[in-house]
This record gives sequence, C-alpha cells and structure tokens, in this order.
Amino acid sequence: MTNTRLALSAAFAALLAAGPAMAELVIPNLSYRTGPYAPGGIPYADGFNDYFTLLNERDGGIGGERVRTIECETAYNTEKGVECYEATKGEGSLVYNPLSTGITYQLIPRATADGIPLYTPGYGRTSAANGKVFEWVFNYPANYWDAASVAIRYLLDENGGSLAGKRIALVYHNSAYGKEPIRTLQELATKHGYEFVEIAVDHPGQEQKSQWLQIRQQRPDYVLMWGWGVMNAVAIQEAANIRYPMENFIGVWWSGSENDVLPAGDGANGYKSLAMHGSGMDYPVYAALKQHVYDKGLASGDGDQIGSVLYSRGMYAALVIAEAIRKAQAIAGTAQITPAQMRDGLEQLEITEARMAELGLPDFGQSFAASCADHGGPGMGRIQQWDAAARRWNLITPFIAPDMDVLGPLIEADSMAFATENKIALRCQ
Amino acid sequence: MLYREAGDFKTSYAADGQTFPIAFDRRRYQAVLVLAFGVVPFLVNDYWANAVLVPFLIYAIAAIGLNILTGYCGQVSLGTGGFMAVGAYACYKLMTAFPEVSVLLHILLAGTVTALVGMLFGIPSLRIKGFYLAVATLAAQFFLVWLFNKVPWFYNHSASGQISAPERSVLGLAVTGAATAPWAKYLVCLAFAVGLAWIARNLTRGSLGRQWMAIRDMDIAAEIIGVNPLRAKLTAFAISSFYVGVAGALMFAVYLGAVEVGEAFGVNKAFLVLFMIIIGGLGSIFGSFAGAAFLVLLPVLLKNLLVDGLGWSTALAAHVELMIVGALIVFFLVVEPHGLAQLWRLAKEKLRLWPFPH
Repeated sequence: MTNTRLALSAAFAALLAAGPAMAELVIPNLSYRTGPYAPGGIPYADGFNDYFTLLNERDGGIGGERVRTIECETAYNTEKGVECYEATKGEGSLVYNPLSTGITYQLIPRATADGIPLYTPGYGRTSAANGKVFEWVFNYPANYWDAASVAIRYLLDENGGSLAGKRIALVYHNSAYGKEPIRTLQELATKHGYEFVEIAVDHPGQEQKSQWLQIRQQRPDYVLMWGWGVMNAVAIQEAANIRYPMENFIGVWWSGSENDVLPAGDGANGYKSLAMHGSGMDYPVYAALKQHVYDKGLASGDGDQIGSVLYSRGMYAALVIAEAIRKAQAIAGTAQITPAQMRDGLEQLEITEARMAELGLPDFGQSFAASCADHGGPGMGRIQQWDAAARRWNLITPFIAPDMDVLGPLIEADSMAFATENKIALRCQ
Repeated sequence: MLYREAGDFKTSYAADGQTFPIAFDRRRYQAVLVLAFGVVPFLVNDYWANAVLVPFLIYAIAAIGLNILTGYCGQVSLGTGGFMAVGAYACYKLMTAFPEVSVLLHILLAGTVTALVGMLFGIPSLRIKGFYLAVATLAAQFFLVWLFNKVPWFYNHSASGQISAPERSVLGLAVTGAATAPWAKYLVCLAFAVGLAWIARNLTRGSLGRQWMAIRDMDIAAEIIGVNPLRAKLTAFAISSFYVGVAGALMFAVYLGAVEVGEAFGVNKAFLVLFMIIIGGLGSIFGSFAGAAFLVLLPVLLKNLLVDGLGWSTALAAHVELMIVGALIVFFLVVEPHGLAQLWRLAKEKLRLWPFPH
C-alpha cells in the first residue's frame, strides 16, 4: 500500500508540480468533517488549511519551502485516527494535531517511539505540559486544567472572592476529554469550599433530558460544561428549555463556537464560554487571507466558516506550528527540517504580542515561551459571552491566569505516574 | 478440472471426515497458512499491520465468536461491544496486577472472565427468545459500558478514565506498547485467529456444534431428541463470549494500546460485528473472515482509492464511502441473503462441475 501510495503521490506531484516544489514541509491534518463531531471539526480544519495556503501563496511557504498539508478523515474515531497516523507518518510528517483527546492518547506512545512531535493546543493529555516527561508532546498555550481553574477564578471574582456554599455542576462528555477537568475541580472544591456535582453525558450527547432534569432538581448556582460536537448545541438548548440563567452557564473553549449557540436562537443569549484567543474578522490577517486565499478560490471546505471561533482556533494552531517551523529552521540552519528538528523548534518557541501583531493578529492570543521543562505555556484564558441579537461573541474579561498552586502539583503527580509506569528517564535535569 | 474429489481416495474415517475433503481446497488452505505465517511477517510494515491486518484478524475473532452464538446456536446478541470491553478491561487489570505473567496468558484469562460474564447474561436466554433476547443483550451492552465508565477501580483511578496497555514482551520481544514491531503484532493476532478458528471449526462439527444447531433450528424438537437446552445455550454463550473477550483484549492490548470504553466498545461495535456475520454468512467460519474483511478492508481501500487515487476531498470521500459500503451491503443481501460464505459455496459447486455442467 505504501508503495502504491508513494507511486501515486509521486505521479500526482509530477503532474501538478508547477514550481520547484520538490522538497516540502509536510503537515498532516487529521480532521473530521463527518459524524457527530463535524460541527467542531469542519471550521477547525478549514482554518488550519487556509493559514498554510496563505503562507504558500503569499510567502512561497516558510523559509522558501512550501507547506503541504495532508488531510485525513478520522470522524473523531480512534481506529481511523490510528489508520490516518500510520498512513501519513511515512510522508515525512513534521507534527500531528489530531484535535481529539482520545486520538492524542493513542498517538502519545506511538509518536514518541517514532520521534514525531504532537501539538495539542487546549486539548489532549494535560500533564503533557511537563516537558521533563513528555519530550515529544506540546500543549501550550493552555490546557484543560488551566481552563477549569480559569473558570473557577472568574466565578471567584464574580462572587467577591468566595465560593463557599455555592454548588457548581459540571456537565461533561463521558470520555477521556470530559473527565480531564474533574480532578482539578475536586481539588479546587476543597480549596474554595464549593459543592461539586458531576453530570455525565454519553457519546454523542444528543439526548440530555435526564441530565437537565437533574440540574433542575439540584439547582446548581453555576454549570460548567465540557462538551463537544452536537452535545454542546443540545445542552444549550436544554438549558434554555429549563430556563436556566444563561449567564451562570460557562462552557470550556470547545463549547463556545457559533455552531453551538445558533441552534438555540435567542435562548442562548448570555451564554458564556472560555476563550483562549479572539474571534471574528476584525484582524488584519483577514485582508491577506482574502487577497491570497479566498479571492483565488483556494479556501478550504465550503468557505462558510471564515472568522468563526473554531476557524480562528485552527488558524491559531497553524500559526503556532508555522512559527515553530521558522524557529526550527533558524536553529537547524536548513529550510528542509526533520521531525526531530521540528521538536527543537517547538521547544524553543517564543510568541510575543509584537510578533502576533506582525502576523496580523494583534490582541488575539496570549504571549508565551516554551522551554525544555515547560510544554504547557502560561495557560491563561478569557471569558466570552454570546450576544444572540448581534450574533457575536464578546470578550468580557482580560486574560485570567490559572491557579498554578493547585495545578502544578497535579501535573507533577500525573506526569510522574506516567513516567514510572513507562520507565521514562526525566529530561532537563 | 483441478477441483475434483476424483482420484483423492479416502482410506480412513479421519480422512473422510476432514474439513477440506477436496485436495485442491486442502492445498490452498495450506498455502494460505504458509503465506500468512512464513511470508507476510517479512513484508508487513507499520501501515499494513496497524491499519489493515491486525484489525482484520481481531474483528475476525470477534465475528467467529458472535457467529457461534448467533449463526450456530440462533441466539441473537447485541452485546458484543460490552463483552469486548469485558475482555479489554479484564486484560488491563490482569496486566497491571500481575506484570510478571505472560501477556498471552492474560489475553486467554481475559477471554475466560468474559466467558463467565457472558454466561451470566446468557441465563435469560433460557426464557426469552428472538427479538426479546436481542433487547436483553442490548441491556448488557449498555450496562457493561456504564459500569466501566462509572467504577474507577476498573481503570485504576486514572484521571481521564482511559486504560493504556503497559509494555509487555513475550520471549524478549515486545508485543504490547509502542515499541512493538509490526510483524510481532501481526503474528500474535494471527496465531490467536488461526488457533481459535481451528477450534471453532472443529467444535461446530462435533457433538456440541450439532446440539447448538439443533437448538437453532427448533428448540422444542431438539429438547425432545435429548438436547439439554440449558447446557447447549450456556455453552454457546460461554464459548462465544470467550472469543469476543479475546478479541477485545487483543484490540486493547495489541492493536490500540489505549482505549476508552464508550468510544471503542460502544453499541456501534456490536452492530458492526453483527453486520460482519450477516454479510459474511451466518453459521460459517469462513463467513466470519469474509465479513470481517468486507467491513474492515473495504473502507480503507475506498478511502485510499478516492482520496489518494482520485484526489477527492476527505469529507466527500468519507460520505461516498459510507454510501458505497451501504449500497454493497444491500446488494449482497439482495443477491445472496446467506452471505459471502454462500457465494463461496456456490462457486465451489460450480467449480466441481466445470467445464461440463451437465
């Protein structure tokens, strides 16, 4: 199969090669445009592809090398994810960004053995933030436990610094993804004295009547949500149906896109979610995208997701990868880098506000600098609120930092358990 | 002309009762085994092992298991995913509790645990039949998935609820974990698949298999001629669950390495394995392999053809692939309701007469 694939792609490359694009930077895009998680997968994949198209069209790639993205459909299914990984890794893939916590868990040991970095911004295995244990995995600028802590910090601010006696429910996707924040929220519950209620929603989350009945009975003061795909839209609709006060309902950044709130119409007004970056089209980068990508008809997918929250996130992930490639090229002194050199680039990456402004995204994301031990970044998040009448997300807070006094020991404990289980020698000593 | 009984003299009862009475068939079967054990391990790479051969062999084991219960004994089950989960979680608990014991033994023990659980859920089959039994096994499916999600002991209290297979080796060679060579994965699954298929084939030809088929064809008549329904049904549940459990353990330990129960062993899996035996052929070991091949290999083949070959967008290819597989299922069921195994049987009949059909 690999030989046939190689032969076929070689034949196509020969047919289509219009420039000197023999050597290239290969970035696989494990996306999902089908199944119950497609509402999240489509915009993300489009943003990811479009940013690399922009670099190819405007700058001729990165450092003179064109970028080739290989898209592979996983349908958010781990078996297909493995198939995609195996099918693409032989093509010289530099970094994987599978947009699925389940697939990330599959790929961590495989990619580590094969020496290919994994970049999982805002998802994946949280304790991979500890670079001493996870040499090949990066999840900056923020992860799930950061998100949980930021949400609680925000609620603390709202309540004058105390959550004692409050009841906070977590509605979560019953999978590795949804369970990730539970331990953090439990720890924070002991610290801040709120009562914590877990409410699980099974895959795919189309039926949530009993969960929202439970919320109606228990009357939590706040509801947090770790949902994805159709689950988000259903939960917001159900919350509107039981007239749960929307301003007390906060989703993680994966539960805060247009596709989640639009189905509930006016009922979704006031719903809040975390955000690790801005959204909308008020950034200079869109002028360049319009000129070099959209107007040339090169937009990925149907081109109807441009500017949405998850499109912005896909673009953000692509931007970070592109910057890491630049860094890797600078370190290695060659434009055609290997996955190992890519890892070095990711590890020494620094993104400043000035650089973001230069790239056409001022006041978009947080600045961060990775290091050998720190693969997790500062982990800050903002809160955004949905305005149903104007159909837009408004950022209502500046970046809030997570409570590292609680998270630090948790990350240390979880990653060290992984290191002992897999007999990994610690790095960066 | 080559495919004839003529000239192949059977001089003993054993020779007369063998699985492949025709010399050509026998040699073909031997050739397949030689190829599978002697040639493929040298050619297989990561892609072929992880994306094609290992899933095919594991699903074939699960399909044989379900075929024993549904195809041979006539008890419809929608609990396959749940039973695979039992195998996977039993394997995980054993692997982490007794790291010094060989993982191959753990996989067999995981099958045994699943057999016990399967017997437990098989008890209602003595009183309920047909669709009602299907609903009862569906309850088992949901209950087991819920259980493995709910009780943290099963996943050793890990933060994410995922179970991950630690690295284990056999004779100094890693067979689980990321460092496993593709041929080692393939050979472990192949050995299990061939061994279990051989046992299943012989079980179904023996007295136990005949009891199952008697129950399937008419349980009252079977009881009258002296078949004990309790024994027949519970053995079918036990042996079927053993196979399914082994498949689940292999899927977790060798193939995926990390699973989460709702995603890997949900009700979709139960339907997938059921479709495999319906398309492959109920009551046929070959059919289990054919069905697994059809539903595992065809999507991969179509994906490679449409995306890499024709350059279609992945979303379009994924949708068209679902349509093509669906249409082919309908086509095969209309043309040959008894599955691919029956097509194979008909082909063999024709071959015997060829080139003089009269």
